[in-house]
Parts: sequence; structure tokens; C-alpha cells
Amino acid sequence: MMHLTEGSLAIAEAVKMCRPQVIAAYPITPQTHIVEALAEMVANCELDADYITVESEFSALSACLGASAAGSRTYSATTSQGLALMFEVCFNVAGMRLPVVMTIANRAMGAPLSIWNDQQDSISLRDSGWLQFYAEDNQEATDLHYIAYRVAEDLSILLPAMVCFDGFILSHTYEPIDVLTQADIDRYLPKFEPKERLDSADPMSFGMYATPEYYHEYRYLIDKAVKDATAVIRKAGSEFNDLFKRDYSALVEGYRLEDAETAIIAMGSICGTIKDAIDEMRNDGKKVGLLKIRVFRPFPEEDLKKALAHVRRIAVLDKNISLGAKGAAALEVRDALYGSGIPVTGFVIGLGGRDVRKKDIAAIFELAKKGGGDQFYGLKKELI
Amino acid sequence: MADKALELFDSGHRACGGCGEALAARLVMKGAGKDTIVVAATGCMEVFSTPYPETAWKVPWIHSLFENASAVASGVEAALKKQGRTEKVVIMAGDGATFDIGMLCISGAFERGHDFAYICYDNEAYMNTGIQRSGATPYDASTTTSPAGSCSSGNRRPKKDMPQIIAAHGAPYVATASIAYPADLIQKVEKAINTKGPCYVQVHVPCCTGWGFEGNQTIAIAKLAIETGLWVNYEMVDGKVTKVKKVMKKPVEEYLKTQKRFRHLFKPKRQDAEIAAIQAIADKNFEKYGIEIKLKKE
Repeated sequence: MMHLTEGSLAIAEAVKMCRPQVIAAYPITPQTHIVEALAEMVANCELDADYITVESEFSALSACLGASAAGSRTYSATTSQGLALMFEVCFNVAGMRLPVVMTIANRAMGAPLSIWNDQQDSISLRDSGWLQFYAEDNQEATDLHYIAYRVAEDLSILLPAMVCFDGFILSHTYEPIDVLTQADIDRYLPKFEPKERLDSADPMSFGMYATPEYYHEYRYLIDKAVKDATAVIRKAGSEFNDLFKRDYSALVEGYRLEDAETAIIAMGSICGTIKDAIDEMRNDGKKVGLLKIRVFRPFPEEDLKKALAHVRRIAVLDKNISLGAKGAAALEVRDALYGSGIPVTGFVIGLGGRDVRKKDIAAIFELAKKGGGDQFYGLKKELI
Repeated sequence: MADKALELFDSGHRACGGCGEALAARLVMKGAGKDTIVVAATGCMEVFSTPYPETAWKVPWIHSLFENASAVASGVEAALKKQGRTEKVVIMAGDGATFDIGMLCISGAFERGHDFAYICYDNEAYMNTGIQRSGATPYDASTTTSPAGSCSSGNRRPKKDMPQIIAAHGAPYVATASIAYPADLIQKVEKAINTKGPCYVQVHVPCCTGWGFEGNQTIAIAKLAIETGLWVNYEMVDGKVTKVKKVMKKPVEEYLKTQKRFRHLFKPKRQDAEIAAIQAIADKNFEKYGIEIKLKKE
């Protein structure tokens, strides 16, 4: 059934239906509406979870780590500085192969302090071993939570997952959303039953240190699990489609890409704007299409190659910048297409909440055709 | 009652010979019992007891990071509660993980009132990284980051009063203990485990490597710390001191002389003013806790 609801509230509803036993969260703008809604559900006995009101994001993820190791499904949400404070724990959760699911309401990193959207926060944790999903709209953001739990808890994967959606642009926006029922989700998402957990009936040691004799292979196995998640995501997405008629089986998604000469690549809510801009450009006879990256980790290299084999040029839009290098997606797209001869231009765009409009997409289309090299888009010359 | 024959911390671990902490862990586990989940902080004990693929722990054990043991334990406790399980949660951390880097997580966890026992193994410096000073390092102790030198007599600050800080959070049971008194330590751990809410036991564990003494002197030195008043064994219930270990007072010098970390107070030149300052710290403890046994004059 369709409900007109705020993105954050829809996500809270979705999380509730995933039946987490332990929630630990610390308030930070623009994530607050999610964790407030969950607190209310717990207070009204609509959600049977232990809600730990931790004193920091660092403890939020640490508590999830402990609860997950003890065998409970766990949830947290954060953004920006909060995620940065979790940095150390993020690597630890992945290394210990604990399927914590966390929502990231994407926000810029200080300094300067900014509460507004870009994707620098989660992108900065791309190396941590977490699966990373990026949502275009709130329907997708909501549905990706069910899929994230399914994949994360798959016994062949056992990795944490971030569901990233753009702060304010999605988190505080009302859209009609089809929120599934508890019965639906119970059919889709089985109980979390890890084979190993902290249990006095079968004592085990978790989180031991590894000497150089063992560490290298540990990292290999984590990397392998992230890559193996590709097939599990496809399966989880296609089973979701079978049940609910929304298809998330692909890690990348094309829009009017089949006969496009210019491909624009992007992640998150900006894809909606790009689709509108593409429709307008198509009306003017311009052969342009979009490739949306829904899953950034594992990086869908093969899918990308396949989807882009026919295009003549590519513009990658990054709401992040590896300072001193390039936007993260531009780097990885170029790496994936190495040897194809397709020119890739990276555009860093919309940092710290700077609006990206259809006219900007049209301008990028022209800039990519000109091929002026990687660049910050839309700089105000008077401020530099 | 604790089963004192029970061994849940196994032999074969890699602690130094004469390690006070390893001995304490063995005693603590006797008090904790087998239905216990141990949450460990990074530190000596974590390293000497769990080099993959070996473990000394016969109970479920988890280590995550240096500073987050109490937050991890909060999550473990919440999960057990939700699953209807009855195992007890015991945090084990050194003084660096407790007095310094773990303070944020500790304060949050004690304020929230989770049901766990926190055991702090206090060897008064960062031993795992090579004897650097912590907030638990006593006044004038020479460490690698508070070395005694021509214009310094070692660590400039007195030991942080961690038990009082924990008690101020409303912890129902706070105690200090020492490996010199094993039965007392086991009993205090038992009490901490069986008292609902977050409880704290700080155990004095002399470190032969870090303090500089022979490994066969560990217990004797732990005992001297108590007899000189530089370590006080007591219990606090709901913030009030209910029990103290009384002693026949000995001068601090008897304790200081046994350890290399205080050697600069005696050699090359005796530093009377510094020794007097340490005696004043002990005197204050005697007065504050009323621990001196005074023999009646005939």
C-alpha cells in the first residue's frame, strides 16, 4: 500500500519490520528522524528491541558489534562526523564478519562544518569491508534495507552493510512509498541464526590478534566475501522482485543507455535529476543515457564494462573527492574500463549541499563532449 | 559460592613469569564462574592469552578494540537480555583502557546501568606498549614517557581516583582488590557479578617487567603496597565505603625500595622531599579510609 511519508520515517518502518533485537544509535543531523521514530516504536511496544541510547557513535557501533557477536540482529544509523567517529569500529565489525546493518544519511565532512549533503562520509569508508548500497529515492532506500540484511546475514557472506541515502534531499523529503507489511518481510527475511556466537554452551574466542603468518589471508578472505556478495545481491534482489515486483537484482542500472553515445555515471538522489535532464536532452536529439551505480561495494566492475561497451564517452559525477586525486567513482570507472579506449571525464559536483539542477547536467554533457579533463564543476570563481 | 578448583583461564598462555595480571585473571574467573562472557580490551592480557589460533579462555571471549570494551559489553548484555539468556557479562581491561582511553565508553555504560562486572587490572602503566605512563601511574614512578631525569623525578601526577569516578555514576558495587589477597579478590568478583547493574573491581597487579623486580616477588610487593597505604583494599556499596582492609602501617620506603621504577628516589642521591611527598599520599589514604591498626599502649 502506498503511503505519503518522509524518507526517514519510511526507513524506520522498514527497519522495524526487519525485527532488529538491538538498536544502538546516537543523534546527528540529518539522521535523527530515523532513530527518533525507532525510539518511539520501542516506547510503544511496536518494536521488541533493546534500544541502547549510547553516548557516542563510537559506542553505537561498538554496541552493535557486541550484540551481533552474541547472535542478535542489530541496527544503527549515522552520518558524516558520526561515521568518521566509527571509523575504527567499522573496520573491526567487517574484520570480525558481523552483519550489522547501518543507514547512512549522507552528509559532507568538516571542516568547514556542513550539515548538508554529499557522499564524502560513506565513500571515505569504501576500504573498510562494508557492503555499500546507494539509493536514488526513498522507495529504493527503504527496500534496500531488506536486501542489505538478507545479503549481510547470508552465511556465505557475513559482512556489515551500509544503506546510503542522501541527507535532507531524501531523508527529509515526503514521497509516496510502498511500505511492505510485516508478513511480507517475514516471508523474505529469515531469522538471524549465525553458526557461531558468544555462547557459554560452546565457548569460542572472538577478535583474537593475528601474526603476519595469518593476517594476509584474513584480509584476502574478507575481500573475497565482499566480491562474493555480488552474486548474493543479485539473488536477493531477484527474489525480492519475485515477491514484491521491484527489481534490485542489478548492481548498476541503465536509463536510456542502450543507444547512448554519452553515458553519465552517478550514485544516489542525483540520478533522479539526471533522468529528467536526459529526457529533455533526448527531446533535443542528444544521445545520452545514465548508468546508476546502486552498489559501490562490491564494485560492479563487470556489469559496468558490459553496460558501457558501446558508449563513446563517459562523464562520472562524484559527490566526493579524494583530495589530491579524483572523485572515487571516476577513479574506479576508469580502472574498470582501462584498455577500452572510452574517454572518462570525472566531475566533482554538489559538495556540501550545493544544488545540482537539470541545467548542470546539460552543461556536464557538453563539457564531457569537449573532454577538458577531470574537474570540479561549477566553481564560483569569485570565492577562490 | 565460587568453585575455587575451577580453572577457566588455562595455562600455557604467554604472560611473563611472575605476571600479576595473569594470576589475577585466573582468580577472577574462579569468582566469575563458567556462565560468563568475557569482553576484553586491547592490552597485555588480550595479547598473551589469545594469539590466533590459540586461546587461554575456556569461556566465550571477545575482543574488539582498546577503548570500546564497555560499549561492546553493553551490546552483548542487551542481546542476551533479548534472547532470554542468563550468562553474565564480565569486562576485562587494563588501567590504560580504563583510566584513559576507555573513559567515554565506560561513563556511558555505567550511566546506562547495564548489568555487568568491570574488572580493571591495574598495573599502573601501559605495559603492552612498553611501560608508558597512564592516568593510573603513581606519583614519581619512572616510565618510558615519564622518565626520571636530571630535572624530573618521574611521573608528575598522583594516581587518578577511578573507583570514586565509577561510584559517582551510581554503580551499586565498587571495590578494590589485590592479588596479595586471593580469597578476598574472588569474593569481590562474585559480589560484582551477582549484584544487578554495572559493578567495578579494580585489582592491583604488580608487573615485574614494568616495575622492575624479580618475578618471585609479585605477591610480596602487592602486599607491601597495602601495608604502606599506597594501595587500599575497600568496598563501596551504593557509593558508601562499607569495608576496608586494615593494616599495621609501614613506611612507603619499604615498598618503593623494592622496584626499579622508584630507584631514582634513592640513587644516586636520596631524594628526601620526594619520598616525603609519597609518604604524604599514603598518610592521606590512612586517614581517609581509617585503615591503620593501632596497638593499644600497655
